[in-house]
Amino acid sequence: MKRDIPILVTLITGIFLVVSFFIPHKPFGEMEQLSLIWFSIVSGFAMVLGIDSLLKVNIKKITQRKSGWGYSLLLILGFAATLVTGFESGFRHGSPFALGSSFMYIYTHFIIPLQGTMFSLLAFFIASAAYRAFRARTMVSTLLLITATIVMLGRVPGGENLWSGFATISEWIMNYPQLAAKRGILIGAYLGAAATSLRILLGIERPYLN
Amino acid sequence: MIRIGGLAILILCLPMGGSFAALNLIGTDIPNDDGTGILITWDPTSEQADAGAFIVYRSELPSGNAEEIGMALVRDGHYADKSVVPEKQYNYRLVGKDPVGNELVFSGGPFSAKAQWFNYEKLPVAVSMLIFSGCVIFFIHRTMSGKSLFIRKIAGLDALDEAVGRATEMGRPVFQVPGIGTISDVATLASLSIMRRVARKVAEYNVPFIVPCTEALVMTTAQEVVKTAYTEAGRPEMYKPENVSYLTYDQFGYAAGVDGMMLRDKPGAILLLGYFMAESLIMAETGNSIGAIQIAGTDQTSQLPFFVAACDYTLIGEELYAASSYLSREPVFLGSLKGQDLCKVIILSLIAVGVILATLAALGGETFPHLSEWYNQLFGAIGAGNEA
Repeated sequence: MKRDIPILVTLITGIFLVVSFFIPHKPFGEMEQLSLIWFSIVSGFAMVLGIDSLLKVNIKKITQRKSGWGYSLLLILGFAATLVTGFESGFRHGSPFALGSSFMYIYTHFIIPLQGTMFSLLAFFIASAAYRAFRARTMVSTLLLITATIVMLGRVPGGENLWSGFATISEWIMNYPQLAAKRGILIGAYLGAAATSLRILLGIERPYLN
Repeated sequence: MIRIGGLAILILCLPMGGSFAALNLIGTDIPNDDGTGILITWDPTSEQADAGAFIVYRSELPSGNAEEIGMALVRDGHYADKSVVPEKQYNYRLVGKDPVGNELVFSGGPFSAKAQWFNYEKLPVAVSMLIFSGCVIFFIHRTMSGKSLFIRKIAGLDALDEAVGRATEMGRPVFQVPGIGTISDVATLASLSIMRRVARKVAEYNVPFIVPCTEALVMTTAQEVVKTAYTEAGRPEMYKPENVSYLTYDQFGYAAGVDGMMLRDKPGAILLLGYFMAESLIMAETGNSIGAIQIAGTDQTSQLPFFVAACDYTLIGEELYAASSYLSREPVFLGSLKGQDLCKVIILSLIAVGVILATLAALGGETFPHLSEWYNQLFGAIGAGNEA
């Protein structure tokens, strides 16, 4: 019984939402939007559990002086500061997202630069991954190296200065063999996702249940 | 003609003193909707088309108070009102000025809209879905009768045992990163299916299993999955809730948090399975730098090249979804894979037919261009149904 009820709820809800996709008549036509709103509400409440887990783990690290406890202290302080400024901005400006609020100051001057910093690491990581991957060890890896070189040269102004053909060949590679391979992978992935969804709806696969 | 100004040219070009014939307003229900749309159409003459714009008014009674609901260009010949109440009757009035400045008023009604019980634009989608579901369910039933099915080798999944064993030998934890997807993403659910099996193996080998999560719902589900796996392996006391924790919902904050955990805890094996975007290479390269064996899997084609370059094994697209079938080898799961493969064969056959028809059409003649055009229109209808 304990396992049957969630499976039944999943089956009925899933079939109802799939059928609603095809029926514009009220209330079916609105079900997709309504379910997204319900999902947002449930996620909001679940966030409380997430915050509880976050605080417990990091406070335990600080109290037990585990390795890296300084980072946990920084996290707790940052969490507290953002929470307080959020409330303060809400009370003073009506919304924490109001322009000129201290909450938006934190977002603009801390969060965005930190996100930019992490994103910029990708430039270095792409270089190191490419250095390891583009080696002429086998026939296939040599082909990868040559193709990647042509596409890279075709995408930068320097490559076009070297030879105008790089851009044309690069465009052809991206529009034909690359696109064909990507679409083949996508067909398989979407069929796989559809089959997994069907198994979950029918209760055959139950990753959400213990 | 001397160009004096745009307005002057407009007046000079139009016949002077021409009469503005009445516009016949026709109101029809917009099909395949929830009954909130009426389409007003009119057929302007070439003279009328230059009259500019109408203001559209709507009222419930023919001579009642009318509210302004929008504007329409005369030359467009139509206006869609998408804010009506189903089954209610409305009268419309279009008010504008002719090129010499005389007021024009055209009215029509009553018109009403009706909600439809089926969106026929989505019929090709419904048919495709029924065919697909039918294939999957048919093969599930067939395998339940005892017929065994072959499944090809997937190196990444075979390496799961090797990865956990390696981490055990090194005395290091095993990490599984479920990605930045929500619990409603199928890739995240596939990752949770694999997590159960990995957690059971990890519990048997007595190795810490760390799962950093980006969404609270994923965290709560993962905690239950791991706890159950430890209980099934006979090691419930080994389960620690702080090992399956929430980090942050922010994409790069999550990447930074996971990287920090990798650099401090130095896992022996890292599983990057789920929905990933730009943070994928940051995590994969960090894992590579600490010498961990990495198995990655995602359905995002934009991230697959990064995983292939940085990880030891990569599950490409559908291999991630086939993981639960591959690892469990249960007939029901294998049957669904077989049904999925049959649909793939159908789709590839249709693509091949389309390619052949398009090639023959390009060679000339009359028959093949018509066939190719009809074939394109058939699958164009499926595409339109998807977007509807």
